[in-house]
Amino acid sequence: MKDVKKRSLPVNSASTSSIDFTGPNGPKPKRVFSTRNIVVYGFLILAAMYYLLPLYVMVVTSLKGMPEIRMGNIFSPPMEITFEPWVKAWDSACTGLYCEGLKVGFWNSVQILIPSTVISIVIASVNGYALSFWRFKGSEIFFTILLFGAFIPYQVLIYPLVIILRETGLFSSLAGVTLVHVIFGMPILTLLFRNYFASVPVELFKAARVDGAGFWRIFGQIMLPMSLPIFIVAIIIQITGIWNDFLFGVIYAGTKNFPMTVQLNNIVNSTQGVKEYNVNMAATLLTAALPLFVYFVSGKLFVRGIAAGAVKG
Amino acid sequence: MSSVSINDLSLSFGNVEVLKSLNLDVAEGEFLVLLGPSGCGKSTLLNCIAGLLDVSAGQIFINGKNVTWEEPKDRGIGMVFQSYALYPQMTVEKNLSFGLRVARLPKDEIRKRIDRAAEILQIQELLKRKPAALSGGQRQRVAIGRALVRDVDVFLFDEPLSNLDAKLRTDLRVELKRLHQRLGNTMIYVTHDQIEALTLADRIAIMKDGLIQQLDSPKTIYNRPDNRFVAGFIGSPGMNFIQGSLAFIDDSWFFQSRDLSVSLATYPFTQQPIEGAPVEFGLRPEHVLIGQNVADLPVQLNLDIELVEPMGADTVAWSQLSGTSFTLRVDSDTALSSGQRILAGFDPVRASVFLSDSGIRL
Ligand SMILES: Nc1ncnc2c1ncn2[C@@H]1O[C@H](COP(=O)(O)OP(=O)(O)OP(=O)(O)O)[C@@H](O)[C@H]1O
Ligand SMILES: [Mg+2]
Repeated sequence: MKDVKKRSLPVNSASTSSIDFTGPNGPKPKRVFSTRNIVVYGFLILAAMYYLLPLYVMVVTSLKGMPEIRMGNIFSPPMEITFEPWVKAWDSACTGLYCEGLKVGFWNSVQILIPSTVISIVIASVNGYALSFWRFKGSEIFFTILLFGAFIPYQVLIYPLVIILRETGLFSSLAGVTLVHVIFGMPILTLLFRNYFASVPVELFKAARVDGAGFWRIFGQIMLPMSLPIFIVAIIIQITGIWNDFLFGVIYAGTKNFPMTVQLNNIVNSTQGVKEYNVNMAATLLTAALPLFVYFVSGKLFVRGIAAGAVKG
Repeated sequence: MSSVSINDLSLSFGNVEVLKSLNLDVAEGEFLVLLGPSGCGKSTLLNCIAGLLDVSAGQIFINGKNVTWEEPKDRGIGMVFQSYALYPQMTVEKNLSFGLRVARLPKDEIRKRIDRAAEILQIQELLKRKPAALSGGQRQRVAIGRALVRDVDVFLFDEPLSNLDAKLRTDLRVELKRLHQRLGNTMIYVTHDQIEALTLADRIAIMKDGLIQQLDSPKTIYNRPDNRFVAGFIGSPGMNFIQGSLAFIDDSWFFQSRDLSVSLATYPFTQQPIEGAPVEFGLRPEHVLIGQNVADLPVQLNLDIELVEPMGADTVAWSQLSGTSFTLRVDSDTALSSGQRILAGFDPVRASVFLSDSGIRL
C-alpha cells in the first residue's frame, strides 16, 4: 500500500501550465531554394537536356528545307516549316533499289511485331504459370535451362537458326523472322511470368483446385485477371524489343520483308546523290515513333507493373 | 461409420519424411482438431486429405470411399485457408459461386445455396463487394461460405483464425462452434492455438514430427496426457515438471526428489512402475492450491514466491521447487507478493508421472 503512494503521478495542472506553447507547430516549413534542391534539380535538368538535345535537333532539322540546313545552324528553329521531308521519307525515299519510302518497312514491321508479341506472350505466360503452380517432374531442370537460355549470347545461335529455317523453308519469310523473335523472347518472358506467378499466394491456386477448376480454368479465370500489370510489362518489352530489332530482320526476313529499321538504315546510308539530312531525320523519327509512343503512354504502367506483386486475396 | 479414415499415410518432400505412417479415424459429424508445433506436418496432412498433395504411401478414405487418387473436387471436401485465398477480382457472390459454376449447377440452385450460406454467415450485405473491400473477419466468413455452398461432407480448416486479432478470433471461434452444431458436418481443424483446440474440439490430435502423439478428448488430453511432450505442449502456463525417481517403501510407491516425497498410493498407474526409475513428476499450476483448502490435501509444502504475474482472471505465481521453477495459478483476489512464504498443497491423483528417458506416462 505504501508503494502505491510513492509512485502516484504529479498533479496534472501544474505540469501542463509550465509548457511553452509558442515555437514549432504543425508541418515543418520547406525551403524551395535549399542547397539540396538546387543540386538535385540542377543535375536533373542537365541530364534531361543531355538526352533531349539530340531529339530537338532531329525534330527541327526534319522540318527544315535543304537550303536552310546548308546554312549550318543546327540548333536554330526552322525559319520556314516544311513537311516535305516527312512525306518523302514515308512515301518515296530510296532504300537501295526501290524508291517507295519507309511505308513498306512500316507494314513489314507491323506484320512481324503483332504475331511475335502475341504468340510469345501467350506461350510465356502459360509457361510461367505452369512452372509456378503445376510442378512436374523435371520442371526445375526445365526452368534452369530456360534461365540459361536467357544469358546465351544470341550471336551463337544465328547461323544454326539460318540452317534450320532454310531446311524448314521459312528462311526469308515473315513467318521465319516471327518464329525467331518468339524463340528469343521466350526465356526472359517466361522468367518474368514465373516470378510474377510465384508471388501469387499458393492458397489461391489450392482453393481453385478444391473448387474443381482445372489447368486452363485456373489460368483463365483466376490468374489472368490478376496479372494485367505483368502482361503490360511483357507487351512493352516485346513491342520495343521487336520493333527496334535490326539484326534478325536483316538476316532472316529477306529483302522483300525488311522491317522498318533495316529500311531506315538503307535510306540513311544510301550513297547516291546528296545526303538529305532532313529526310533522314524524318525517317528516323518515324521509325522511333512507335517505341516513343509506347513509353509515353505506358511508362507509368510499366513501372507499376514491374514493382507490383500479386494482388492480395 | 467413420467419415475420414487415414491408413498408414506417409508423405515425403524429396528425402524429408514429413508424415510417417500416420493413422487417423474421424467419426461422422466429429470436430477434430490437429494441434502441434510449427512444422510438424499439420498442413501437410490436411493437404493430403484435400488431395492437394500426392501421398507417398498409404490410403485415404472419405465416407467409406477410397479417395487416395481422386481429384480434390471429387472428394466431398471444402477447405478454408489461413490467408483466406479469396479470388481478388471476383465479388463475394462470384467467389461463393465459382465452384458451383465450375460444376455447372443450374442457376436457381446456385442462387439458393448462396442465399443460404450468406444467411448462415451473416454476409448478405457483402455479396456485391470485392474481397479488397472487406475486413479480415468478413473475408474469413466468405472463405467459410465458399466451403459451405459446396455442400460437402467434410470441412478442412487450416488455421482459419490466426490472421485475425484476438477479439475477432474469439467471436469467430464461437461462430464456428455454432456452425458445427447447426450443420453437423465432419470438421478437421488445424491450429496451433491451444485455446481454440480445447474449446472447439470433440477430439484433439496432438502431432509432433509427423506422428500423432495422442488422440483424445480435450479433457483427457489436458488432464491425463499420454506422454511428456503432450503434457508440456498443452496448458499455459505449462505444467510443472520435477525431476526425481520412484521408490517402493512399505508396500507403496513414492516419488522422491530433493525437496519432495510424494506418496503415489492413490495415483492411477497405467503401467507397472519400476523401482529407482528416473521420472518426471508433472503437476498443472492450477492443481496446486493455497489457503484454507490446503489442510485436507495429501501433500503439503512451503513455497517462496519469487514473482507474481496478474493475468486478469487469475494470478500466476513463480517459485522454486527441487531446483526447477514451479508455478501455481491462484484466484486473482488472493493477496500474494514476491518474497512471501506460503503453504501450498496438491493431490497426487491429479498429477502425471512420466518416465524420464522415454517420456511415457506411468
Ligand atoms: N513444398 C514443400 N517442400 C519441402 N518441404 C516442405 C514443403 N511443404 C512443407 N514442407 C516441410 O514439411 C514440414 C511440415 O510442414 P507443414 O506446413 O505441414 O507444417 P505445419 O504443421 O502446418 O506448420 P505450421 O503450424 O507452421 O503451419 C515442414 O518441416 C516443412 O518445412
Ligand atoms: Mg500450417
